[in-house]
Amino acid sequence: MYDPTVARLTYRALLGRRRALILGALPLLLIAISVVVRGLAGADDQTASDLLGGLALATMVPIIGVIAGTGAIGPEIDDGSVVYLLSKPLKRPTIIFTKLIVAIAVTMVFSALPTLIAGFILNGNGQQIAVAYTVAALVSSIAYAAVFLLLGTVSRHAVVFGLVYALVWEALFGSLVPGARTLSVQQWSLAVAHKVAGGDLVTSDVGLTTATVLLIVVTVLATWYAGQKLRALTLAGEE
Amino acid sequence: MAVEHPVTAPSGDQTRIHNIGYRNYDGPRLGRAYARRSLYSQSLRGSYGLGRSVKSKVLPMLLFVVMCVPAAIMVAVAVATKADELPVDYTRYAIVMQAVISLYVASQAPQSVSRDLRFKTVPLYFSRPIETADYVRAKFAALASALFVLTAAPLLVLYIGALLAKLDFADQTKGFAQGLVSVTLLSLLFAGLGLVIASVTPRRGFGIAAVIAVLTISYGAVSTLQAIADAQNSTGSIAWIGLFSPVTLIDGVQSAFLGATSAFPGGIGPSDGEGVVYVLVVLGLIAACYGLLMRRYRRVGL
Repeated sequence: MYDPTVARLTYRALLGRRRALILGALPLLLIAISVVVRGLAGADDQTASDLLGGLALATMVPIIGVIAGTGAIGPEIDDGSVVYLLSKPLKRPTIIFTKLIVAIAVTMVFSALPTLIAGFILNGNGQQIAVAYTVAALVSSIAYAAVFLLLGTVSRHAVVFGLVYALVWEALFGSLVPGARTLSVQQWSLAVAHKVAGGDLVTSDVGLTTATVLLIVVTVLATWYAGQKLRALTLAGEE
Repeated sequence: MAVEHPVTAPSGDQTRIHNIGYRNYDGPRLGRAYARRSLYSQSLRGSYGLGRSVKSKVLPMLLFVVMCVPAAIMVAVAVATKADELPVDYTRYAIVMQAVISLYVASQAPQSVSRDLRFKTVPLYFSRPIETADYVRAKFAALASALFVLTAAPLLVLYIGALLAKLDFADQTKGFAQGLVSVTLLSLLFAGLGLVIASVTPRRGFGIAAVIAVLTISYGAVSTLQAIADAQNSTGSIAWIGLFSPVTLIDGVQSAFLGATSAFPGGIGPSDGEGVVYVLVVLGLIAACYGLLMRRYRRVGL
């Protein structure tokens, strides 16, 4: 199910040249802000929770997820070079699964690791906040990577739709319409984080069972359907 | 099998160029200004998907509708409740809808320049009588105009609605004018930033993500820091932190000079002196974007 060559090519496509720069800039910014905040405000659990929840989990993880998830397959389909990959004697689901693993790994490294570091800088993992948000980032990395990889195979405008989901649905509608929060990767991962932290600082609108079930279902379904889409891929011309 | 005839070497005066009767072009030469205008109108139309496929019309039109519908609802509410002012200020509207504006810039800036880079059509543009400055100005002006249409249309809806609801004419006109100044600045700033980022990469998807990351992450970071500064009662630093993201820059300018109430935490906008810095930074950023674009397109080979 895992093909090292496809993985190597995907890593190179994702992290080659300038792409690694923007992927690396976001985590650096988060850590820089954490240092500034620690200097300004000192160690404070509530501040740490706000910053990690608002900036790291709500903004950074989805954006890196979009870049890694759609970037793993989107550009190849876009410029048509995916046919060379598809013409190799590899099962299409294997290709998708390998690309998913790579996308998850990249998202985790660039979002969960900085979250952990930022958490330790902010309050030295007081009340398990750093670990809780890191777990949330890890869990949501998996779901985001799967969903956005699927988007990459479905639409040529995958990045836009991914961002619309991440920014408009989760952030805007999620804050206005309570029901929208049930269908939000961010809230599911927060439910897991809530379990880890145990306190009242990390809260979620979704129960742990629902969240876990939905996370697994979404990830598996998205991966399966992406494999199906790739089996019957039609290459379209530009626009 | 073809028989090869010996070529008789033409000698001296016998060579000549035959005129086989093609006509020369003797119509009007429309020149540089015309080419620039065409590029501008094509780019502007392209920003709303006009003249392109149905699929590429969907997103810009959808975002345009999403921008205008809340304005229409607000007008309806104001009329129905017979309020004596609109539920939201003209200047505040763009700040509230910033996510939609960011998405529009992110989706249309790469559309405008990245495809030219990817399909290597930029050298073709420069084979016409236009120069680097013309290309950059046309693209910049087109995206800024498209953004202005996007941000000014809901204000127009609000204004017309306010007049129909017989709100105070002088008051509303002043607010509308202030709103227009603010969205003009916003359009120029966002268009510049979007184009500079998008012109670096020929990959459309990557350009979109980069633009959105710059716009939203900077806003997220700045508003987080401002909230913390507010909680620490260091209100003096709030205004200075606001200099580091496009949205808060516009917010600062309009709350200093355009009579807007600031969206900064605690509602404390910059003072007049700080406001001058804000205006200078905004104008400096727009100029810097223009300069960077000029530099980007100086080498046409790409």
